[in-house]
Amino acid sequence: MGNTISSRRRVINAVMLSLSGLCTLLVIGVLFFILGYLMFHGLKSLNLAFFTKLPKPAGETGGGMANAIVGSGKIILLATCIGVPIGFLAGVFLAEYSGKTFAFLIRYTVDLLNGVPSIVIGIFAYAMVVKPMKHFSALAGGVALGIMMIPIAVRTTEEFLRAVPNPLREGAMALGATKARTIFTIVIPAAISGLTSGMMLNLARVAGETAPLLFTALGNMFWSRGWSQPTATLPVMIYNYAISPDEDLHQQAWAAGFVLLTLVLVINVTARLVINRGPAAARR
Amino acid sequence: MNPALIGSPSQPVTLSDAKLSAKDLSFYYGTFQALYNISLSIAPHKITAFIGPSGCGKSTFLRTMNRMNEILRNTRVEGELTLDGQDLLAMDVTTVRRRVGMVFQKSNPFPKSIFDNVAYGLRVNGMHKRSVVEEAVERSLTHAALWTEVKDKLNKPATALSGGQQQRLCIARALAVEPEVLLLDEPCSALDPIATLKIEELLFEIKSLTTIVIVTHNMQQAARLADYTGFFFMGKLVEFDDTRVMFQNPHKKETEDYITGRFG
Repeated sequence: MGNTISSRRRVINAVMLSLSGLCTLLVIGVLFFILGYLMFHGLKSLNLAFFTKLPKPAGETGGGMANAIVGSGKIILLATCIGVPIGFLAGVFLAEYSGKTFAFLIRYTVDLLNGVPSIVIGIFAYAMVVKPMKHFSALAGGVALGIMMIPIAVRTTEEFLRAVPNPLREGAMALGATKARTIFTIVIPAAISGLTSGMMLNLARVAGETAPLLFTALGNMFWSRGWSQPTATLPVMIYNYAISPDEDLHQQAWAAGFVLLTLVLVINVTARLVINRGPAAARR
Repeated sequence: MNPALIGSPSQPVTLSDAKLSAKDLSFYYGTFQALYNISLSIAPHKITAFIGPSGCGKSTFLRTMNRMNEILRNTRVEGELTLDGQDLLAMDVTTVRRRVGMVFQKSNPFPKSIFDNVAYGLRVNGMHKRSVVEEAVERSLTHAALWTEVKDKLNKPATALSGGQQQRLCIARALAVEPEVLLLDEPCSALDPIATLKIEELLFEIKSLTTIVIVTHNMQQAARLADYTGFFFMGKLVEFDDTRVMFQNPHKKETEDYITGRFG
């Protein structure tokens, strides 16, 4: 009888193992399928013009998305300038200064903010920036994405600062350093690689956001000067081209999708390299 | 052995030229009382050791002397603590910590270069002149018996040093700001016997520079190093005397029991 039990166990084990292995393959497969599919469709229409030319008027073929690439860059830069400093300093406060109860409240609020649908943040930026200024702008788009970056910036900062061992703080303070001095000369430098990569992943995450840009930055078929004009971005361009009936525009959308994904992957990989090179890694 | 010391409680508690002195010092973590009415005096340019079982309050007392315990929330000190006769508890805390240095149980080099580790305290205290800093770094590393080993790799990360070297680096780092008192919290507990011996030797050497207070689990270490030894038990200072008296002719039964290994 013992024999039948153990053979049953072996069968169950084999079934479960192959099932979980299959699911793992599926998980990896999804990324490579998306990547391959985008490459297949996108590479065809990816050429120098795509990076250097403006979009052509409807009906004409050719043209590129130079304005959208620059626009995306501008808006992400602005979002980083808004989201990272606010989130970083709030994270420093959360990790180093706040008491238990207050920290719990902040953390909870930040998690709620993180859960706010991106389209709602778009509406908020629309009401706060677009309405008063009376037109769509890169500024509004940057504000929307900047708000989206805050929660992750707060939590990454908190997490990486908390990971810095306490004896380092004590060592600095035992030499007569003030708490603020300790944080800025010992704790943050010790966590810098983690912080940098965290912020890069944060940036990569909002780079592909479309919904909050639809009614903030809107879009533009031409170059937009400064920060107060409607501005083209890659994700919105993909959206607009993909729903148009023109086959040539579909091709361009694929190419833009491929460029966007490549950009995000490059940022991701760089972030991982940064974290593996830092002083924290050397100590492990 | 000095016969005059035996049997006569030559309590350094009443030292008139005490470097550091505590009177009726009590300490609380929240509602838990960790120290009960500690009174003692630390003699200048001597080594004072605190022994006792784990959790008996000796580290807490050490960390009260440079007010390191203030970092923790919800703690409270009662009683008097003076440094050169001045009220230590009322002084500016960064001044206290500059004057009363500390070396921790586990070496804690900053993730910076060897040079920057030793220079950190000087820079924090406003000394930025390159030549002065360089000189102080060399002097401190020499005192910590580390100079010859690291003089060619001052720009290498401090974390690449061995455990014993790291601990000596931490001693050099503390010495760089020329503290009047150096507190050491079980500085050798993570080190092998050879590294331990090196640290003991250097502590002996730097007695002339500073007053040393060391917490140790190792009774032989206290017996070898210390001029005075205090025995802590359950948050109380049971006995404090000349080291020879403590180890050869303790007055209290608890001290004798602990030293002979009957508990602890």
